[in-house]
Amino acid sequence: MPPVITATLYFIIFGNLIGGRIGQMGGFTYLQYIAPGLIMMSVITNSYGNVVSSFFGAKFGRHIEELLVSPLPNWLIVLGYVAGGMLRGLLVGLIVTIIALFFTRLHVEHLFVVIAAVLLTSIVFALGGFVNAVFARNFDQITFVPTFILTPMTYLGGVFYSISMLPEWAQAVSKANPILYMVSAFRYGFLGQSDVDVGFSFAIMTLSVVVLFAACVWLMEKGTGTRE
Amino acid sequence: MKALSLRQLCKTYNNGVQALKGIDLDVEEGDFFALLGPNGAGKSTAIGIVSSLVNKSSGTVTVFGHSIDSELEAAKSCLGVVPQEINFNQFEKVSTILLNQAGFYGIPRPVARERMEYWLNQLQLWEKRETISRSLSGGMKRRLMIARALIHEPRLLILDEPTAGVDIEVRRSMWEFLRRINEQGTTIILTTHYLEEAESLCRHIAIIDEGRIIENDRMSTVLRKLQTETFVLNLRGPLRGTLSLPGYRVTAPDETTLEVEVNKEQNLNEIFVALTAAGGEVVSMRNKSNRLEELFMRLVEGRDVGSGQPVSAPTAQAGAWPVPSPRRAVLQPQRPRPRAGSVSRQSSSANSVASCASGARRWCRRSLRRRCTSSSSAT
Ligand SMILES: Nc1ncnc2c1ncn2[C@@H]1O[C@H](COP(=O)(O)OP(=O)(O)OP(=O)(O)O)[C@@H](O)[C@H]1O
Ligand SMILES: [Mg+2]
Repeated sequence: MPPVITATLYFIIFGNLIGGRIGQMGGFTYLQYIAPGLIMMSVITNSYGNVVSSFFGAKFGRHIEELLVSPLPNWLIVLGYVAGGMLRGLLVGLIVTIIALFFTRLHVEHLFVVIAAVLLTSIVFALGGFVNAVFARNFDQITFVPTFILTPMTYLGGVFYSISMLPEWAQAVSKANPILYMVSAFRYGFLGQSDVDVGFSFAIMTLSVVVLFAACVWLMEKGTGTRE
Repeated sequence: MKALSLRQLCKTYNNGVQALKGIDLDVEEGDFFALLGPNGAGKSTAIGIVSSLVNKSSGTVTVFGHSIDSELEAAKSCLGVVPQEINFNQFEKVSTILLNQAGFYGIPRPVARERMEYWLNQLQLWEKRETISRSLSGGMKRRLMIARALIHEPRLLILDEPTAGVDIEVRRSMWEFLRRINEQGTTIILTTHYLEEAESLCRHIAIIDEGRIIENDRMSTVLRKLQTETFVLNLRGPLRGTLSLPGYRVTAPDETTLEVEVNKEQNLNEIFVALTAAGGEVVSMRNKSNRLEELFMRLVEGRDVGSGQPVSAPTAQAGAWPVPSPRRAVLQPQRPRPRAGSVSRQSSSANSVASCASGARRWCRRSLRRRCTSSSSAT
């Protein structure tokens, strides 16, 4: 429910009130331009948040021990939590998409790119949430990353604007932000235009998935944050 | 076949605490094994390592021949663990907890449902299956953890203080239950601070203290090591004459109670003869404290005197004479009832013993503290 309200507010404020004054973005209305960004933002925060809270909750309530004592292999435990986070992230993403449809007409240029980008992104952030939860020792540490790192990075990742509108140096900085590549690839699927190379975007996402997954399984094997 | 085998197991926690200092332990398949030791001895640490909740520092662990280093999953599937602290999801229903657990072991849903019904009935929790686990009582939570540990029908069941904070009636029924599943072939390892529980249930014991095993033998062998035993005699009225019992240590906490220490060479007949001569009428008699408890105290307290070395043939300590206090009487654990099939053990009790009052008192204080903490954590 909260993500629905947030998304609706974003669409009203940015889309209708401000968007009307901004005018066209690469041949699309501002609302059409930011809709993919807003969908992606909700997928990112919810995939991440779901895994962080459920894994940290299991650590805090000690029922993670049920899994650790059982013969489940660590990769399967990681996969289970990631699947939960993806489900949540994608579900919210879908709801936000439906809300977007009340405000504007969504044009889809490359459906496959849309799906692949959103799937990979939610895996990346579900895994990210897992890493966060593994290291977290208290509640502050599970809110720190989402508030101070994830949210700014998402906002600066081209959700609301095209980086081509930025000065040269800011564009260079933005390109170090992995979220930019995800949002751009996703937007490319809808609008057919992107700030960055889409192939490169997918390479980054795939690489992130592989590295993060390996890191998660390794952390579980080692027992960091879960075993004494 | 060894159900569990530990070799030179060591654990040093990150904060530098050396919880285990090289433990060797073997538990045969089908055994009922007690792992005893004072608070902080390292029992839970050892169990944690076996159930892979704690990383060992060095040494080896094998469960039914499967090393936890090379065949972890096989070792884990033989194992059911009831931890010392509650570790199920307190927001879930009893049935969900059990079905999920079965899922972790790859048990198909229909089988899991059948087993859930069976074990919940066995542990008298079937009516509570739809209850949110947080709202169970402390004793029910313990039983839920036992049901959870059994749902995949492990060959080795390890229980870390399963009867802490459980009422007497439930404790007795839990004992019956554990005896039954042991007879059906499940190997059981149990830690407890109720030594009568260990004495009545277990065939082998190991006593661990400060991270070392200080005793590890058959229960009957261990009990035979007790040299003296103290009996409490209740009289119908005050003695009319003077009691003459040369060679026996006798105290009279009050007019109608006598405490007599008897060692292996002495016998009870002489006491009764002397009592009759003094005009005493004995209405009841009991052991002053649990035999295993007396031995335990000697071994564990021995470290204060003899730097952690086992005191296998304790002699009466000077200055250890009991000073009865009302507090102590209240804290006294229950006497074990004589049971069929325990003849040899019972007869060996006649020539076992001890007084060891200061130690026993310390023990009682400890166990009181324990009970307090366990009951407060259950609320
Ligand atoms: N997570 C931990 N980090 C650091 N030290 C620990 C940890 N857990 C236990 N210890 C220390 O290891 C020692 C052994 O503890 P352990 O829990 O194994 O004792 P125990 O025999 O189970 O005691 P009890 O009868 O109280 O349950 C203690 O000194 C304890 O303080
Ligand atoms: Mg313990």
